[in-house]
Amino acid sequence: MLALPPASQPAPRRQVFVGTAVAGAAGFMLIGGMMATWLKFRADAPVRESLKRGFIKDWMPEKIVVPEVAANMMLLGLFVICIMAQWAVYSAKRNDRTHTGLALGVTALLALASINAQIAIWAQMGVGANDGAFHSMFYAATGAMTALLLSGLVYTAVAAFRYLGGRTKEVELVSAHALYWYFLTAAFCAVWFVIYVQK
Amino acid sequence: MTSIETHLPTDVSASTPAIATWLTTADHKKVGRLFIGTGLVGLVAGLVLAILVTFERINADSYQILSVDSVPQVLAAVRLLLTFGTVVPLLLGLSVAVVPLQLGARSNAFPRLAAAGFWIWLTGLGLALAAIIGNGGPNGGNSNLVDLYLAGSIVLGLGVLMTATSIAVTVLTNRAPGMGILRAPLFTWSSLVGSLAVILAMPVLIGTTLYVYIDHRYARAGFGGNTGVNQWIGWALSQPFSLLLAIPALGIVFDVVSTIGRNRLPQRSVAFGAIGVVAVTALATVTQTNITLPWEGAKFLDDAGTKIADLLPFLLLNVVPVLGLLGVLGLSLLTLKPSKPVISAPLTFVLIGLLGILLGAAAHIVGLVEDAGVIGSIYEAGVYVPITFGAISIAFGGICYWGPKLWGRSISDKAATPLALLALLAIGLDSIPYYIAGFADQPTGLVNGFAYSGPQDLWNALTCAGFVVMLLATTAFVGLAIKSFTSGAAAGNDPWDGTTLEWATSSPPPAENFAGVIVVNSATPLADIKSASSTGKVA
Repeated sequence: MLALPPASQPAPRRQVFVGTAVAGAAGFMLIGGMMATWLKFRADAPVRESLKRGFIKDWMPEKIVVPEVAANMMLLGLFVICIMAQWAVYSAKRNDRTHTGLALGVTALLALASINAQIAIWAQMGVGANDGAFHSMFYAATGAMTALLLSGLVYTAVAAFRYLGGRTKEVELVSAHALYWYFLTAAFCAVWFVIYVQK
Repeated sequence: MTSIETHLPTDVSASTPAIATWLTTADHKKVGRLFIGTGLVGLVAGLVLAILVTFERINADSYQILSVDSVPQVLAAVRLLLTFGTVVPLLLGLSVAVVPLQLGARSNAFPRLAAAGFWIWLTGLGLALAAIIGNGGPNGGNSNLVDLYLAGSIVLGLGVLMTATSIAVTVLTNRAPGMGILRAPLFTWSSLVGSLAVILAMPVLIGTTLYVYIDHRYARAGFGGNTGVNQWIGWALSQPFSLLLAIPALGIVFDVVSTIGRNRLPQRSVAFGAIGVVAVTALATVTQTNITLPWEGAKFLDDAGTKIADLLPFLLLNVVPVLGLLGVLGLSLLTLKPSKPVISAPLTFVLIGLLGILLGAAAHIVGLVEDAGVIGSIYEAGVYVPITFGAISIAFGGICYWGPKLWGRSISDKAATPLALLALLAIGLDSIPYYIAGFADQPTGLVNGFAYSGPQDLWNALTCAGFVVMLLATTAFVGLAIKSFTSGAAAGNDPWDGTTLEWATSSPPPAENFAGVIVVNSATPLADIKSASSTGKVA
């Protein structure tokens, strides 16, 4: 049958922003669920005597050294990313292409640095996923977080290309991009505290 | 203001082969039909396997058809097919296809995401089933294929998550002007609530499965290897997760009852609340391990403080959802009472389905009282199957009801109505014998090597008969649907004299659904338009 002519454009309702918020909620549940399982394993671990620290939970093998400096730098980097992403929103709202591009560029650079820091942590720890329960869970949790960071990097690239490609009215996309980085930072705060601080 | 391109991606040209059109479509109506069609195939496959398992249980002394190695795999395949191969695609498919029409929208939000969700879900389901066929499901003997099963489960979950995200964002952002959320049809509301519940619960399942996958593939140190798979992710294939997945079905009940009953819902806000209560409490229950109740008979009130501490979470997480379901049933009956509706297939299917869900949810409460002694018994199947069959029956009702809008043709009402009665018979046969066998201590997860006093062969034969009846009803329904949708009489644009916006466009709707933007002033916008037209107030 013949199609009717398309309807006129309905009033936009921040579809990308809402979609990003929903995706953020899903991602937060992913990390939240994984941290909960981690804490359950940690709580259920038997107690053993450590030469250095007395009686401790037999969870993280004593020989493992987690590079905390890199983890802390990741956290700080993500806080700065939030500022940069918000700077991009501020500039985009004022139709300032130069500063929007600069802010999105710094965001991408810091995102790359965070992913690089995670890879450095894996390399410096020098353990394999097949060495035990702690190891496999460490790789699963930090791997999931890294995948989310990669998705944030892709989001930054998409926002930058679309905005700098001429769609300067797409402030909502830049705002949604900032929201996604806020979510990623919150998720990494949980990972940082549970895995890198509490271990 | 956004300038994101939200136009539906133009379908490929008329010269493109039909198969390519279906493979690349992002039209929400086609994606919905893909989900529904695949779900019906999954249902037939799941029922055939269920018949094999229940037939095997009739004689518990020796294996008739299956082998000792294949039993856990077939059991896993049945649950996977009935849950993620049937209930999920049928309800997601209806939501994807119908919700944008109910909202007066040209398309769903992120149409390519929903389409990708379908193909990813299908790929994940295929991988998981392939692993099961190769003895790689839970407790499987082929470790490499157990890895494949876990990977397939993650992929499947991602597909469901993507489609649910599209549905939730559609409801939140694509409503017609003037349509506040409380003016949205009840199916739209239940789709939103159900999608949000999936968006919150599914990532937890994906995260846990990821842990199990990495541990199983590399370490086998923390999650119990092949035998630990069900312990960690089996909760997604049982109650209360099955109730969570069935939430969109509750909205179908309200929409069908109010349209065919030719009556407005008496308390729309209560209906919204009832669906919300079921969703919130089911989600809360999913995030907990099952809250059981140590009753201890007459001694229950001896230590009142402790007992109340036991009772409160039990009531909140297990009894409140049933109260919500009773609210849905009560409001439905109130809607039907004054107008004496004619018996029709959609109405019969949805009311029978609602009874099934209610039966399963109520039985779940009894099963969690520790002193009933049925924890770990086959009673659990008597909770899962009525909820699943109930959701399927409601989905059948939804297909009969919205079929004209999806395919442009109607399913024969006279021929479909008796099938609803077959579904009722199947629900009865696959619940009550399970309860009796459960109280007699027949273990769950086994098909052989158990014995208890009483006619155990009879109870297991009855459950087998229940699956056979459901298979008959399903194959007849599928045949009827294919016949109706290929050579049936063309349906009118508004065959049910509906009041919501999906009936305001042609059957089937054109590519972008509506010719113009409809401004909504009430919860029954089409009734308003008809009323205004009849009084000559609208040009």
